[in-house]
Amino acid sequence: MKRSRLPAVTLVLVMVFFYLPIIILVVNSFNEHKYGSAWSGFTLEWYVHLWKDADIWHALRNSLLVASVSTVVSTVLGTVAAYALDRVHGKLQKFHNGLIYMPLVMPDLLMGMSLLLFFVAVGFKLGLASICVAHITFCISYVAMVVLARLQDFDFSMMEAAYDLGANSWTATTRVLLPALAPGIAAGALLAFTLSIDDFVITFFVAGPGSNTLPVVIYSMMKHSRFMPVINALSTLLLVVTFVAVGSSQLINNKKGTDLP
Amino acid sequence: MLRRLKEWLLSIPSLAWLVFFFLLPTLMVFVIAFKPANLLGDIGEGWTLSTWVELGNPNYPAIVWRTLRLSFYCTAVCILLGIPFSYCIARASEKCQRWLLMLVIIPFWTNFLIRVFAWKAILHPEGILKHVLVSVGLATPDTMLLYNEGAVLLVMVYTYLPFAIMPLYAAIEKFDFSLIDAALDLGSTVATAFRRVFVPGIRRGIQTAILMVLIPALGSYVIPDILGGPTSEMLGNKIAQRASTDRNLPHAAALSALLCLGVMLPMLVSTLVLRRKKRGEP
Repeated sequence: MKRSRLPAVTLVLVMVFFYLPIIILVVNSFNEHKYGSAWSGFTLEWYVHLWKDADIWHALRNSLLVASVSTVVSTVLGTVAAYALDRVHGKLQKFHNGLIYMPLVMPDLLMGMSLLLFFVAVGFKLGLASICVAHITFCISYVAMVVLARLQDFDFSMMEAAYDLGANSWTATTRVLLPALAPGIAAGALLAFTLSIDDFVITFFVAGPGSNTLPVVIYSMMKHSRFMPVINALSTLLLVVTFVAVGSSQLINNKKGTDLP
Repeated sequence: MLRRLKEWLLSIPSLAWLVFFFLLPTLMVFVIAFKPANLLGDIGEGWTLSTWVELGNPNYPAIVWRTLRLSFYCTAVCILLGIPFSYCIARASEKCQRWLLMLVIIPFWTNFLIRVFAWKAILHPEGILKHVLVSVGLATPDTMLLYNEGAVLLVMVYTYLPFAIMPLYAAIEKFDFSLIDAALDLGSTVATAFRRVFVPGIRRGIQTAILMVLIPALGSYVIPDILGGPTSEMLGNKIAQRASTDRNLPHAAALSALLCLGVMLPMLVSTLVLRRKKRGEP
């Protein structure tokens, strides 16, 4: 087949399209110019502003608190759900399976809206607790998917072997099953933590007064185009954090991968 | 018996949680759409159809139409860019493929809001793109790059393109390219081979890509809110306004119910198409 040049050109242009905005953002976080239309000198002023902003520190604390609670609860629920989905079959599990899948395809906006209506209807006070409930709800599905993938590779005859060697079901679960699933559970927890820290849309709907998380604060700054260079600085810091976290988790995973048969 | 009990106990925690905090709230959207609002911004007593009557307000059809139009354009552009892009990745060497896929994913490790903001800074009246366009004479000083449908569409494509690339790549990577050679040997033109052999061959991938882009696009809210103006509002903006600033929850619920149906329709169509296809095959 005659090779057309079109695909290669598209590839290069799309890659530029993907990276250019992010590169401009990072460069502008060090730019003295307020709107970044030209380079007017190197500065760390915006980072200093950021350091002094009490709202941001408060929101960061909220974000970390919510993410920690949601990660722990959704990891436990998601792992148990994955085990049930893998081991048990029947009508109830079909329904369970559907319930796990649905939140993955539901637009965030609808999920946030329906949870808001639910909280108002039952009289649940909006605040950090309602944010945690919402985050746990969407994280369960992701954790369950990741752990399920790991479970499908697990050889359950290992459990039989443990029983034959005299282990009771507690010992077999904690000494054989859980260690084998650990990388999957850790990956699921990491995903849940990231999703929770990153979420804006659902949080926006279910947050009450004084319970702003970091994305909610960033949003209100963005919306009014206030402190644009400060948001650049904050974004750059978040970028660095994400890169280090994802990069190191990838490294850990790769190392584990080579150790295992 | 004990076994059944154990199985039951294992499914209960997540099942109960999702029934309570996912299924029930979703059903509630449809119920609350038929409730009146009260002055406190809560849900009133009794039942009413007035919310639905208000949706007849000429404002809404325009917004619904715009939501559909922008989502369709976004899906079309993502598929049109995604096919050659994924083709290029799929035909590269295996090591190259891994690198290229990584490069697609990396920008999307960053927070979604930050990516939208990066574009706002670029398109801003004082931003870099305007500066460049004016200096090469492609724009006048009062050209507005922000706050219009074009800006919204551009950033929607930026956000959802990777969702199209992944399933398209998976399908193209499995496609047997000797079929194209066979078609060409049999006298077909490149264009016909593309249309009659390649596209049907990666149908499944195209279908998944359409769903992966169309569904979140229909539910867009942040992008039109940050980059669009009053003339480029989408259904998502209206829902958020009714839920927060105007605080009319039944109204927000009715609009959400509409969106929910709009999202379910493409999924249903795709399932039906797949089922018919399966039955048609021997």
